Amino acid sequence: MKRRNFLKACVIGGATISLGKTNKGWAAGSFEGYPEAMGVLTDTTRCIGCRSCEAACNKEQNLPEPETSFQDKRVFEEERRPDSKAYTVVNEYEKKQPGGPVYRKIQCNHCNEPACLTSCFVNAYTKTKEGAVIYNSKVCVGCRNCMIACPFNVPGYSYESVTNPIVKKCILCYDTRLKVGKPPACVDICPQEALTFGHRSDLIKLAHERIREYPDRYTDHVFGEKELGGTSWLYLTSTSFDKIGFDTTLGNEPIISNVKEFLGMVPMVLSIWPALFSGIHLLSKGKHDDHGEQTETKQEDH
Amino acid sequence: MPSYKPLILGALLLSMSASYPMAASCMSAPDSITLNTTGKLFLPFQFNHAKHIQDIKECSDCHHHTTGTLVQNPKCVKCHSNSSPTAVVSCKGCHSSTPFSPETLAEKRTEKQRFHLDKMGLKGAMHQNCIGCHTKMAAGPTGCQDCHPRSKAGDAFYNSDKVASSHGKKKH
Repeated sequence: MKRRNFLKACVIGGATISLGKTNKGWAAGSFEGYPEAMGVLTDTTRCIGCRSCEAACNKEQNLPEPETSFQDKRVFEEERRPDSKAYTVVNEYEKKQPGGPVYRKIQCNHCNEPACLTSCFVNAYTKTKEGAVIYNSKVCVGCRNCMIACPFNVPGYSYESVTNPIVKKCILCYDTRLKVGKPPACVDICPQEALTFGHRSDLIKLAHERIREYPDRYTDHVFGEKELGGTSWLYLTSTSFDKIGFDTTLGNEPIISNVKEFLGMVPMVLSIWPALFSGIHLLSKGKHDDHGEQTETKQEDH
Repeated sequence: MPSYKPLILGALLLSMSASYPMAASCMSAPDSITLNTTGKLFLPFQFNHAKHIQDIKECSDCHHHTTGTLVQNPKCVKCHSNSSPTAVVSCKGCHSSTPFSPETLAEKRTEKQRFHLDKMGLKGAMHQNCIGCHTKMAAGPTGCQDCHPRSKAGDAFYNSDKVASSHGKKKH
């Protein structure tokens, strides 16, 4: 009877947990970001590829010296991505097009519902009310799930550090600037004001206003407004987004929506399956009761 | 606080040396203006105002509706068809040197009536105006150091010493 009670408790407990989880998952899927969240609007039609933002980021975040100077335009020969030594990089696209080249700055997009945060089982990530997705290296176990989960391939890992490798990415200058209301270093230095800092909700209005005012200059889409549930970093362009390195197949559902149902199932599987299979086992055992008993006793002897 | 912060702020504070009344003609305008006076990464430099007046002739091409002949742009004309010249025509008179400070952002949020919500900051306005026109006209400098030479602090900031060595490396 004890075993039966235990199994009962398992089933009830599992059901409770799974229901609880599922509700939480639904709530997260409809989260539209903090009302006071800040953001940055990148207007790629203004960027001249001077790489000042890269230099500013390097100094602000005390990153290692670059391999080549920040005025070196030869880096545009290949498409780069952010890593542990550079939280932001500028790439050149549409090099031979009439309107080109088009430059695009890449960094963490600071999703409203970050996939990195979803994937992290030690809660090393936090989406702050200011909009930044920050990272706590003290609790990180180095599993690098976040690097796989990120739909923008952003987080880098300091493989070069033997003793304390950690995940490194743009934190919107949270510690040094955003926390006290100041714009990130890249925004501050941009000579062309290709980067506009402000409340995310205001920036969305501003971006649509620019499109409305200059329909010939912009593609009628604000990347990041809805993609993956919305990001704090928004983009405008004159060309199509897929031509300047954006993945336009991401959809508007946040990553957590793809996994919340599955994650809700996990506790259920963990609790119900043992009970279910134990039950089946017991049933099948019941038919050959004597034989089963003997086997069990024999096993216990060993 | 990182040590380069004052440098950035300095670079932001591109300032015109004088705010000059421009009511009647461009003749009262200064011939030369020192720009980037408080710049740290890039040095201050002389902007040849006289030459630009001579080449462009139309003050409102750069100064919008504040001086010169009335603006023609259909979007601007809606409000500025009959604007009188303003007392202050310098860039910094309208374009804030701290466009993203908490104070400026709060001001924008409270003044719901303001039309020019997307007004550029001083640094952005000047670079876009200069580089934009120089590119369009295919005349005039467009590179950073073509206008303002970099300071020693600027060299360090951009790690400019890293060029030669890596260039050699790549060739081999």
